[in-house]
Amino acid sequence: MKVSGAQAFIKCLEEQGVEVMFGFPGGAVIDLYDEILKQDKITHVLVRHEQAAVHAADAYGRVRGEVGVALATSGPGATNTVTGIASAYCDSIPMVVFTGQVPTMLIGNDAFQEVDIVGITRPVTKHNYLVKNAEDLVPTIREAFHIARTGRPGPVLIDLPKDVISAMIDFPEMKPVKMRTYRPTYEPHPGQIEKACKAILKAKNPVIYAGGGVIAANSNEELTELANKLGIPVTMTLMGLGGFPGTHDLSLGMLGMHGTYYANMAVAHSDVLIAVGARFDDRVTGRIDAFAPNAKIIHIDIDPASISKNVDVDIPIVADCKHALTAMNSWFDRSDACDPAVTIKKHGPWLKEINDWKKKHPLAYVQDSDIIKPQFVVEKLHELTGGDAIITTEVGQNQMWAAQFYQFNKPRNFMTSGGLGVMGYGFPAAIGAQMAAPDRTVIGIAGDGSLQMNIQELATARQYKCPVKIAILNNHYLGMVRQWQELFYDKQYSATVLDVAPDFVKLAEAYGAVGLRATKPSEVEPVIKEALATDNTVMMDFVVAREEGVFPMVPAGKATTEMLLV
Amino acid sequence: MRHTISVLLQNKPGVLSRVTGLFSGRGFNIESLSVNRTLEADVSCLTLVTTGDDAIVEQITKQLHKLIDIIKVTDNSDADCVERDMILIRVKAEANTRAEVLRIIDIFRGKVVDVGPKTYMIEMTGNATKLQAVVDLLRPIGIQEIVRTGTIAMQRAHKN
Ligand SMILES: Cc1ncc(C[n+]2csc(CCOP(=O)(O)OP(=O)(O)O)c2C)c(N)n1
Ligand SMILES: [Mg+2]
Repeated sequence: MKVSGAQAFIKCLEEQGVEVMFGFPGGAVIDLYDEILKQDKITHVLVRHEQAAVHAADAYGRVRGEVGVALATSGPGATNTVTGIASAYCDSIPMVVFTGQVPTMLIGNDAFQEVDIVGITRPVTKHNYLVKNAEDLVPTIREAFHIARTGRPGPVLIDLPKDVISAMIDFPEMKPVKMRTYRPTYEPHPGQIEKACKAILKAKNPVIYAGGGVIAANSNEELTELANKLGIPVTMTLMGLGGFPGTHDLSLGMLGMHGTYYANMAVAHSDVLIAVGARFDDRVTGRIDAFAPNAKIIHIDIDPASISKNVDVDIPIVADCKHALTAMNSWFDRSDACDPAVTIKKHGPWLKEINDWKKKHPLAYVQDSDIIKPQFVVEKLHELTGGDAIITTEVGQNQMWAAQFYQFNKPRNFMTSGGLGVMGYGFPAAIGAQMAAPDRTVIGIAGDGSLQMNIQELATARQYKCPVKIAILNNHYLGMVRQWQELFYDKQYSATVLDVAPDFVKLAEAYGAVGLRATKPSEVEPVIKEALATDNTVMMDFVVAREEGVFPMVPAGKATTEMLLV
Repeated sequence: MRHTISVLLQNKPGVLSRVTGLFSGRGFNIESLSVNRTLEADVSCLTLVTTGDDAIVEQITKQLHKLIDIIKVTDNSDADCVERDMILIRVKAEANTRAEVLRIIDIFRGKVVDVGPKTYMIEMTGNATKLQAVVDLLRPIGIQEIVRTGTIAMQRAHKN
């Protein structure tokens, strides 16, 4: 039986287990939308800007541990997806983005709403395709999902010319995808595992540095087992938060530019650094030659290109984090050389040193009885949600305070645009997260600046009855940039003052959502409680201390031990 | 250091731009590049010459590997291999210099492939150093134009 390209598209998504997709229509994809309407297995969420579709698909995929799906029309629809795709690429998020394209016979003619989206997105996708022949449609979609979810995950784009979508084709049977050129390495080399384990046993001051790969590989339990078994402290990157329980005794919290004092000190004084699914980003390392200068570095990563890219690695392990950590744990369990009790005891002085650092400079801020401190709001959100909400963030100070003060104990509870740092990510991400987990509490911690980059999604949240709770840490500034200007540019607040702003409460109400405002510390708790009890989209406007800074801070280009403290 | 890297890739639209885009996007440098088909109809071989320290070249090969359409990446630097470029040179050949030109290209085993009223077109293959030597020798006589291919390379058979 023949099916149309559009019908095949729907069948392929069903095959892949897609339940929700995010998109926005246009002429080039009108046939797809016609089919979307005729079925009820896949919910299509109509966003109000294609960038939001991609961020929502990103967070949806993260929460579920599945491939997110977004759809946009040709030309401007396609170009609007680029920021979202680039963000997903930087954060290794599995995703398939479909874009419409002009009919194949018009490609290259500068047709109406034609752009070379495959060319544009080449450097920000894991792979991309222009489907030129209708028979290639189904195999291409299957291959795209395979590539997106395997190896180091990432976004894949498929450009669909209008005539390919309307053509009649045979629907080929589903077979496992086999590719000649793409076979990621999952299993670690046993020799490397042994080397790594022996180095760890010799260490006096070991530290685990865990990144987003731990979460992508669902290996948080294996990581926790390793840390517990030998008593090794764990610090996490922004993307790694939740990969190890934030409230665990061995947790050092986040490291890097706005990492904790003790995490940065521990890494700087480590003699063995075990990097797991992390990529030595400059926001983590600071001045590269001063990063863990005396440590032997073990690096587990599924992407060989991440290894020895920024720092020389002593013991590389190319593997999926889950497989590698399992292999290490079982090596320690089997080995006569390892007596966990002895090892834990040996690490005693090191853990004591770290605890002294923790006591000397804990994560802190100065409370105020009249003005709301943004950190206080995040702490209250943690308290009133039992630490169990899904948190999304915008970018800037709000993002760093969320990372520092909402202690994540579980993976897939924290969605942020880490690598690209996209203002405008958090609100659509909250909608995507809520669609992925309708029964969970989803809170979007926002900055007043970033939120306005995708504020139109209030309509989407309302349309799909997403009871997301947006918590604006409203400082009337592009706060993070202002902080740099305060510290390094002589307080010249060029283009960072947001005095002209909407009344967020009224704005929420204009969309039929609920707006709440707190201007005093005593109002914070009641506002959060009311929001949590409201079965509607809620926007909480927390008017916070305007010139609060994020600390610790490692100034750009400095060693991570050269922190500015509160 | 100079590295000659051989890349086997699937012959699909856009593959070449994935490779060149990777080089420009990551600030790697390409000195020469040459692509053509192999014995397999859907596989091409791309040879590129780049410069960089070991860490950079390691990144280049790893990043190339990561591209989905790439089958195999070989850095030939440590291998014993034959490298060849081809050059076409239009050189002035007047009564008083003709013999000199012929003598030089004979030494380098080049040949004249086109004769104009006052010029010869010379074709020659060799490694980059040899071709540069010929260019340097002919330059005083008067080179009007040169066109060079990128380098191609093949590893020698194992001796035992
Ligand atoms: C799309 C985009 N444009 C610009 C920036 C640069 N930038 C980083 S943080 C920031 C300020 C964000 O302000 P706001 O959302 O109010 O957050 P705050 O820092 O005040 O918490 C800016 C402009 C960015 N990250 N993303
Ligand atoms: Mg702000």
